[in-house]
Amino acid sequence: MANKLIVSLSPHVHGHDSVQRNMYGVCLALVPALIASLVFFGVGALIVLATSVLACVFFEWAITKYILRRDKVTIGDGSAILTGILLGFNLPSNLPIWIIIIGALVAIGIGKMTFGGLGCNPFNPALVGRVFLLISFPVQMTTWPVTGQMTTYLDGETAATPLAVMKEAIKANDPSVLEKLPDSLDMLIGQMGGSLGEVSALALLIGLVYMLVRKIITWHIPVSILLTVFVLSGLLHLYNPVYASPVAVLLSGGLMLGACFMATDYVTSPMTAKGQLVYGVAIGVLTVVIRTFGAYPEGMSFAILIMNGFTPLINTYCKPKRFGEVIKK
Amino acid sequence: MKTFRIGGVHPAENKLSAACPIKKAALPKQAVFSLYQHIGAPAKPVVAKGDEVKVGTMLADADGFVSAPVFSSVSGKVAKIDAIVDASGYRRPAIFVDVEGDVWEDSIDRSETLVTLKDRPELTAQDIVAKVKAAGVVGMGGATFPCHVKLSPPPGSKAECVVINGVECEPYLTADHRLMLEKPDEILVGVALIMKAVQVSKAYIGIENNKPDAIKLMTEKAAAYPGIEIVPLQVKYPQGGEKQLVQAITGREVPAPPAIPIQVGAVVQNVGTAYAIYEAVMKNKPLLERVITVTGKSVKQPTNFLARIGTPMSQLIEECGGLPEDTGKVIGGGPMMGKALMNLDVPVCKGSSGLLIMNNKEARRGEIQPCIRCAKCVSACPMGLEPYLLATGSALKNWELVEENDITSCIECGSCQFTCPSNRPMLDNIRMGKSTVMAMIRARNAKK
Repeated sequence: MANKLIVSLSPHVHGHDSVQRNMYGVCLALVPALIASLVFFGVGALIVLATSVLACVFFEWAITKYILRRDKVTIGDGSAILTGILLGFNLPSNLPIWIIIIGALVAIGIGKMTFGGLGCNPFNPALVGRVFLLISFPVQMTTWPVTGQMTTYLDGETAATPLAVMKEAIKANDPSVLEKLPDSLDMLIGQMGGSLGEVSALALLIGLVYMLVRKIITWHIPVSILLTVFVLSGLLHLYNPVYASPVAVLLSGGLMLGACFMATDYVTSPMTAKGQLVYGVAIGVLTVVIRTFGAYPEGMSFAILIMNGFTPLINTYCKPKRFGEVIKK
Repeated sequence: MKTFRIGGVHPAENKLSAACPIKKAALPKQAVFSLYQHIGAPAKPVVAKGDEVKVGTMLADADGFVSAPVFSSVSGKVAKIDAIVDASGYRRPAIFVDVEGDVWEDSIDRSETLVTLKDRPELTAQDIVAKVKAAGVVGMGGATFPCHVKLSPPPGSKAECVVINGVECEPYLTADHRLMLEKPDEILVGVALIMKAVQVSKAYIGIENNKPDAIKLMTEKAAAYPGIEIVPLQVKYPQGGEKQLVQAITGREVPAPPAIPIQVGAVVQNVGTAYAIYEAVMKNKPLLERVITVTGKSVKQPTNFLARIGTPMSQLIEECGGLPEDTGKVIGGGPMMGKALMNLDVPVCKGSSGLLIMNNKEARRGEIQPCIRCAKCVSACPMGLEPYLLATGSALKNWELVEENDITSCIECGSCQFTCPSNRPMLDNIRMGKSTVMAMIRARNAKK
């Protein structure tokens, strides 16, 4: 027969979802926050983000081609670009280029490619990069420029972030220190110091809604994290006003970015709804604990990385409810 | 609007032939009857080469309880008893009949008059089951389980309601839809017969709300049949799976295998089966023709045929305007659970609900990428399983792991693979794992 038939097993149709669609979907969801970072930090944000993305894509290309020697280079799937954007979002906008490049090498090289590339990494690559930089370059990683300096890059004016203010209040055991916090509206919009992508909670929430509507992620992880943090920090605040109000806690630091975009990373988060709730609540608790009692002002990255490590265990014990488990009514 | 509880997907419906009335297909020159048109033991031939047969003459008899007889759908002479590669892809024994004229057995009532239960008050449950069995009726939705077995609940179980599947959740297929529009009374009498056979007073006919005309017509007609209720359902695949359908309509969940719907008191049949039961009991007509949708985006004239069983698929394709140039794949059944055919001489069988022709582009799977653990397969699984785990476990031949994680509950609906952004061949692996584990379980049970 000249015209041979293709024979394969069912299903014979596909929903046309793809890795690219999801990865670029997340990138698109990050656009509002990206615009916010350019508005608040100007040219610095642009340099940091561009360096981070280019370096991540370059390292993935170079490692697959020259070290792993795979025939197919996977930079087109969008995951390296996404890692680059997220890493950049987690950095201050006055970070020198060479430090960013080291961060990208650790994120892609150690965080992702050593484990076999896309889908195999146990820890969120962008966070591996960020935490490596935080530990290696504590000074550069914790001096944040104030917003509104559109044309400066390395030599901008810096100031304490809301998280540092909160830590200071706890250390001094003096609630009046908290008066230095910007008001809630400024914090929602992003008019405050911080890593370049994390400042605007509003822009990040718009991205979250977009991802939920397009069914890229489900609500379980972000909602459970935010709710846990809100409740826990609310209790602390009621117990002693030296702990900042839950609204300020929710809007400060990397919490929104972490809850919406870092903890929801497909590869490193649990597979079932039940597991995702356990994971989200645990991240929320750890974040509040580290922020309140730990040495670092910010606990989000550590909380997510710690729970990434527990994901396989969560997957083993949190099974979906099987059909038919309910005994007949 | 009711639907089943967990998982499910919504593939593009593509019901191209929904407006096309059922058309009688031309008689073939030679009809081929596979002896494996049902689940269970193959039928035993009762004719020999050279025998004259009429329409309705038995060609092969049931061999055991879970089996069904096969009848000739044409008149003529038995040419040979040989083997063909049928829709399942296996080489199977079959009876070939050369067609001469169209002479029917005298016992068959060929009139169009409706016969209701009121006209035949003397029918008992046993009579109905016996007639269904003698007529070789099997599940017409595609599972082809001999119908009389389902109508004889095993000792210790009691039927409480009848659930009729008018869902037709497979994309493209419109055979059941057209049948409901054109033969509603016959179907309802068939349902009443099933109710009488299993001695229940309540029946539900589930129809997805992408068929509003069928829901409307059937609801109007059902008013005259006490105890039969039409249940509109939200469109979601795989609602036609019997466990999903029973859950959507009655709220009861059939426990894990080996449990079957009767354990929660439900007897499930397809609307096509109800029609076949009507014809078998009221018209004395064995199962010898069925409605089959021949469709596809590049098919000139997608059509619903009333085709004699044994008609080669190639002939139906010719009647729809011929095989399109760019054909890549021909599927027996629907796109979600149908089987790709290896050749077009495959005959129409009792379970052939459709023939879907895909062009070259549609026929190819996307490039496989690494699993990104997005968990979409877990959300899509209507059985509450973890397809990613079962697929990987099966590929690694970790049979203990997949058995522990309930691989035998998989209904092979393909929702996981449909939804997978990485185009992973999940169901291919799960099928292999499931059949291996089932064989291991059977071997263990045999040792006991």
